[in-house]
Amino acid sequence: MEPDWIWGLAGGLLIGMGGAVLLWGNGRIMGASGILGGLIDGSGRSEWRERLAFLAGTFLMPLPLYPLFAEVDTHISQSAVVLVVAGLLVGIGTRVANGCTSGHGVCGISRLSLRGIMATVFYLLAGGLTVLLFRHIWEVI
Amino acid sequence: MRSLFSLVSGALFGAGLFISGMTDTRKVQGWLDIFGDWNPTLAFVLGGAIVPMFFAWRLAKGRRPVTAAQFPPQPPVEIDRRLAVGSLLFGAGWGLAGLCPGPAIASLGYGGVFHWVFFVAMLLGMWLTPYLLRAFQRPNAS
Repeated sequence: MEPDWIWGLAGGLLIGMGGAVLLWGNGRIMGASGILGGLIDGSGRSEWRERLAFLAGTFLMPLPLYPLFAEVDTHISQSAVVLVVAGLLVGIGTRVANGCTSGHGVCGISRLSLRGIMATVFYLLAGGLTVLLFRHIWEVI
Repeated sequence: MRSLFSLVSGALFGAGLFISGMTDTRKVQGWLDIFGDWNPTLAFVLGGAIVPMFFAWRLAKGRRPVTAAQFPPQPPVEIDRRLAVGSLLFGAGWGLAGLCPGPAIASLGYGGVFHWVFFVAMLLGMWLTPYLLRAFQRPNAS
């Protein structure tokens, strides 16, 4: 198995190409939380079809790839409490900030948006601090 | 036509998230774990993704997208409280579970039931947000 970073770089290029297709095709910013959130809270109801098409592509595409890679494990937490709390925080946080790693991170940084860059700084800080506290100090994740 | 572009974009996004290993929560938490067993993969993913997007934005000047009248307008430069508080909350959840919204969707088909637990909680959070914002903003408005 090749080192992780090669797969990371290759996957990253695909992610960026996905963003370029949505930008050049539909004039839209590829943000996972915005596309999904607009369906959930109803703010993007009028474009439900293209939002659903995007989500379907994201959900379906890994399925044929999955059998090609031996030993794919997501190592997800086995604590429902941790996952529910984390899921609520991610859901609320990305909708309050109006973006996540794809929208603010990939699409924002690449156009040198100050908001995208600052959002990325904030969520990296909070993420790093959370792992430090919950893994090394309280040892619960 | 717009749905087709969305489907292709989503498929590239999903393939990229899967291949890059970003649906592996250990790699994501490993990136955030600067005092532990640090894993730099996420930097390569973000860096790799920014390259095509950088050119996509650059080439957009003076042109128009295939199915829309214009590209997204210039983003505001103001860093408001919503951006800061929301991103901090998001980051905390991201660190706890090692999942952000994109990989949470991409891993649903093969990750098992615990991925669905996270996903449903995330949807609930997204659904609750407009109510929470209204509740918090009311004192300021009046």
